[in-house]
Amino acid sequence: MLHTLAVLVENNPGVLARVSGLFSRRGFNIDSLAVGRTDDPTISRMTIVVEGDNHVLEQVRKQLDKLIDVIKIDDITSERYVGRELIIIKVNADAQARPEIMQIVDIFRAHIVDIGQETLMIEATGDADKINGLEEALKPFGIKEVVRTGKIAMLRGSKSTSLENEA
Amino acid sequence: MKLSGAQIFVECLKEHGVDTIFGYPGGVLLSIYDALYDADIRHILTRHEQGAVHAADGYARATGKPGVCLATSGPGATNLVTGIANAYMDSIPIVAFTGQVTVGLLGRDSFQEADITGITMPITKHNYLVKDVSELAVTIKEAFYIATTGRPGPVLVDIPKDVTTAAIEYQKPGSVNLPGYDPVTEPPLEQLTLVAEAINESARPIIYAGGGVVTSGAHNELRQLAELLLAPVTNTLMGLGSFPGDHPLFLGMLGMHGTKYANYAICEADLIIAIGARFDDRVTGKLDTFAKGAKVVHIDIDPAEIGKNVGVHYPVVGDVKVTLSKLLGLIKAKQPSEWQTQIETWKKDYPLEFVDEGMKPQFVIREIDRLTRDRNVFITTDVGQHQMWAAQYLTLARPRSFFTSGGLGTMGYGFPAALGVQAAYPGETVLGISGDGSFQMNIQELATAVNYNLPVKIAIMNNGFLGMVRQWQDLFFDKRYSQTRLQGNPDFVKIAEAYGAVGMRITKREEVAPALEEALAIPKPVVMDFVVEQEENVFPMVPAGADLKDMLG
Repeated sequence: MLHTLAVLVENNPGVLARVSGLFSRRGFNIDSLAVGRTDDPTISRMTIVVEGDNHVLEQVRKQLDKLIDVIKIDDITSERYVGRELIIIKVNADAQARPEIMQIVDIFRAHIVDIGQETLMIEATGDADKINGLEEALKPFGIKEVVRTGKIAMLRGSKSTSLENEA
Repeated sequence: MKLSGAQIFVECLKEHGVDTIFGYPGGVLLSIYDALYDADIRHILTRHEQGAVHAADGYARATGKPGVCLATSGPGATNLVTGIANAYMDSIPIVAFTGQVTVGLLGRDSFQEADITGITMPITKHNYLVKDVSELAVTIKEAFYIATTGRPGPVLVDIPKDVTTAAIEYQKPGSVNLPGYDPVTEPPLEQLTLVAEAINESARPIIYAGGGVVTSGAHNELRQLAELLLAPVTNTLMGLGSFPGDHPLFLGMLGMHGTKYANYAICEADLIIAIGARFDDRVTGKLDTFAKGAKVVHIDIDPAEIGKNVGVHYPVVGDVKVTLSKLLGLIKAKQPSEWQTQIETWKKDYPLEFVDEGMKPQFVIREIDRLTRDRNVFITTDVGQHQMWAAQYLTLARPRSFFTSGGLGTMGYGFPAALGVQAAYPGETVLGISGDGSFQMNIQELATAVNYNLPVKIAIMNNGFLGMVRQWQDLFFDKRYSQTRLQGNPDFVKIAEAYGAVGMRITKREEVAPALEEALAIPKPVVMDFVVEQEENVFPMVPAGADLKDMLG
């Protein structure tokens, strides 16, 4: 099963290597990892999607927690949260295909962000299902290039995983 | 006052009470070595950086204080790697300092550059690259703090050359601020109550005690607990010395080369009280069948150890000494029962034994034990058959008296570690038990021993083989001794003499005790070459991955 972890880390050089290195050497199956700084520039936040059963998840959490740079770990999988991924797709689009592509973009509430001679660049945000759906729908036209951010997530409502929320 | 980075380095070591460091200079360390020239810190120059880090490790194990070593950039730093990994596996507090090329040359494959923080990330508790002299003092303070608190471990600090030469107005760093680091030492009381209930209800408890007991200094509490419960105690390799070796409740070591009675007892127990131990595969054998019928209490300061290998019914995160002292107030004394009778029967039926004639290595180790029992002797070992025989046949009475490479199994550890122990306790007897293979992995440290008059006694169990590997070839590969015969061994007596130490060769049973007595009386480093039977095997033995009950021998 996929688990979504919200991890606060010190914004030190090497912290991404420490975290990703831990996953690879302990054989944890990492699905995606997105990282960026928080409102406090000394602290970064990682959203890590990891695959494993409860035993694996417990070890992932405990081993992560041993890293000196890791401040806080929340498994938000079973909480109510908003999870998003950003995708940018460059797709073949001659004059004939364009109307149909634009229709698909509308349906998926995506955006066209660049138009080339023979191509369109499409941007979309959403959960993995939606993003995968869009990618599938565009495949027949011939996808030239895809870039995805990996998932970022935040708890709904007044709950949060930030440090201020600590009791 | 303005101080250079090198001077700050020396100041910080003094502030942390460092009296001895083990190291090897190099180009990027020139300023640091210049500052050390006038400093009131003893520097021991080893002949290889691996010797320095193992010596720092031995010093740390013997004293409980952090061991400190220093190496230059590139090859100097990478030569520390084995010793750092060794300390990491055995949770030994070490602060390793490495020189680095100047900040401007970082990442350009510069001369003698190695990304040592990258290399040691998986084998340090934490590590640092100091890019500005203003960060040096606070980094060193954090390094010592991290190395010595919680579950101890090695911390590496990499210092570029220009950081050692830059000068700033020096201020002592304030208190350590590490928001992501907060080791728990106090166990939760509710959890302890559950543990006490489980213990009080158990009929066949066994205590499985590891290195954590030694680290936290909980040997007295361990003994009280065992005597209160009349529970047998088995030690891991790292735990040896934490429970008196001659105590009637002692079962010796368990696991692959443990005693039969320890392994039977752990298999038949209804409650395993694991204290500062981590269920290593050399202890558990096949995990699926390990202690099937037992509930497991696991007391450890590292939460990540709990449930890592074996399912735990009663987890307790906390310092072992704090936890045991609280637990003692919650449990009831037990009356003798069939459990003790059963264990006595196993002890009688399955004693440790060997055919006691000729030059058996077990005999030599038993003689070492007999002749050193009344002294406060410190014993180190290398890795292999001699290590397992030492663990089996030595009567270890005190914690911090037996030093061996447990987790990593590092051949070449024992001799430099003995030098570190001797440097910590110059007046005491330090004896290293080694093999002809292991000793040659750091034989060059004979120069260090002679140079600093560190009068360690080395007892080589010389069987002309890489004995443990040969044993596996004997048992599992039809005696096809591929590359385990050590042809071209030097004359260890002459080697010792060439370095200025004393060499002795012992080939007969009746020479063993007189030679040991003579060696112990000589105030110089002594190498004793015990020429022992070549194809002796270590038994009992649980083959790798087998059920603990399936012991050979």
